[in-house]
Amino acid sequence: MKNSSEILEVQQLSIQFKGRRGNVDAVKGISFSVPYGKTLAVVGESGSGKSVTAMACTQLLPKPPICEVSGEIWFEGRNLLALSEEEIRTVRGSGIAYIFQEPSTSLNPVYTIGFQIAEAIHLHIKNPGDVHLRVIELLDLVGIRDPEKRFGAYPHELSGGMQQRVMIAIALACEPKLLIADEPTTALDVTIQKQIMDLLLDLKRKLKMSIILITHNFGIVNGFADEVMVLFRGEVVEFGSVKDVLKTPRHPYTKALIGCIPRLNQKKRRLTTIDHEIVS
Amino acid sequence: MSEVLLQVKNLKVHFPVKGGVLGRVVDTIRAVDDVSFEIHKCKTLGLVGESGSGKTTVGRSILKLAPVTQGEIYYDGKEIVSMQKRPFFPYRKKIQMIFQDPFNSLNPRMKVEDIISEPLEIHFKKMSRLDRQKRIFNLLDKVELSKDSMMRYPHEFSGGQRQRIGIARALAVEPDFIVCDEAVSALDVSVQAQVVNLLQDLQAELGLTYLFIAHDLAVVQHISDSIAVMNKGKIVEQGPSDEICQNPKQAYTQNLLDAAPIL
Repeated sequence: MKNSSEILEVQQLSIQFKGRRGNVDAVKGISFSVPYGKTLAVVGESGSGKSVTAMACTQLLPKPPICEVSGEIWFEGRNLLALSEEEIRTVRGSGIAYIFQEPSTSLNPVYTIGFQIAEAIHLHIKNPGDVHLRVIELLDLVGIRDPEKRFGAYPHELSGGMQQRVMIAIALACEPKLLIADEPTTALDVTIQKQIMDLLLDLKRKLKMSIILITHNFGIVNGFADEVMVLFRGEVVEFGSVKDVLKTPRHPYTKALIGCIPRLNQKKRRLTTIDHEIVS
Repeated sequence: MSEVLLQVKNLKVHFPVKGGVLGRVVDTIRAVDDVSFEIHKCKTLGLVGESGSGKTTVGRSILKLAPVTQGEIYYDGKEIVSMQKRPFFPYRKKIQMIFQDPFNSLNPRMKVEDIISEPLEIHFKKMSRLDRQKRIFNLLDKVELSKDSMMRYPHEFSGGQRQRIGIARALAVEPDFIVCDEAVSALDVSVQAQVVNLLQDLQAELGLTYLFIAHDLAVVQHISDSIAVMNKGKIVEQGPSDEICQNPKQAYTQNLLDAAPIL
């Protein structure tokens, strides 16, 4: 059942949303796995099912009848989809942690960042010891200067890049074995994007985590992920090492996704767009 | 070289920081500090910089949406900073803006038809209802949205479609000059490519002039004829777009180029 070299193994995952105007198949029976200490990039446009796949891993999706999840997700010898609410809580935080897209909406505006990081520690670790010290260590780890002073800062006092660092600190608070970064840099400037990606790469080496990076931009996949999976309308259309997929994409959708990224010093009158009729 | 449409001379926008019990001014933030540039007719100037560099404030001060501390802005030869509200009114029709966030810049309680017809009611008071409706049809067609979207609300559209509605609203009053403030930054790469192409097609068709504000140099190089790089309220480098991207003279520009992902 569970292969020992893989931290996460997803088999035949299907996600269906029920609506008044009929059902929507967001994910149609996909299978993939993440080896220990590796990074998998999940690439696709909005609506391709990449975020719901990530959320299904810790049962964050709405309960039936609104949403039906079927298939198996194996993590450390347990099928996450079969766990009860209490059991899944032990996986959240210390097993699998998330970084979400919009740091400004994911942080609670009425609590200090120190409090919010401490909250994650209190929730998921039984004997945390000196929480205050741990929070300051975490703020230091994610590259926030003067962590003692920043402990009492509110989210609105920080820039977007700093807020995303706080989100990463919250995710790392319980030393997760698998980190799921859902579009961690979409809302950020290119220079801050580079800082955050470098930070994640550095932390991955230091803490020996596995990472699932969800993105719509092939640009940040290069040099960061080991393997890449391309999703299109809830189906895997391409899977392989980053080098191979970037160099010789086989599926027309992958080619189109790579082609539409504007590049520096490339003479072109029009940007390539994706022709969905041809691709599908 | 075509004639200059917009000229900005020594523009300064300083925001006072108030503090203490009495709310006295204790400091000033120099959001824009001595910025000068010009844009020729039917051309695009790209304004690049990190967040906080003052690029949005420059764009907003052209529409009188930011308080200008000092400096002059000439639009088609006329100084507009010192202009009173009433004489500036026709310029509000000529200069339009496309905003960054397609999720917050459309009123969620208004139908697309109302969103696009609102500027028409202000600037084309005498237009009949039928003509107005015809104009909206044409605009939706121009931005490649279907006709039935008129009766729908913003939440029923995707990010890229919403940005198209924003573009249709800006085009409704037949402007000559559009400030695109991070108009494509919030979109997926594939949708970004569609919207950039649309903006270029519209420029060729209608003879528009753009101030294209963004932080991604690759997109800016693609769409712009010339580029100005801003840092901490000042323009650090300015020139033709290919020259800036191929031989940057300033370390800051080089940093921005290095940060761009390489494929």
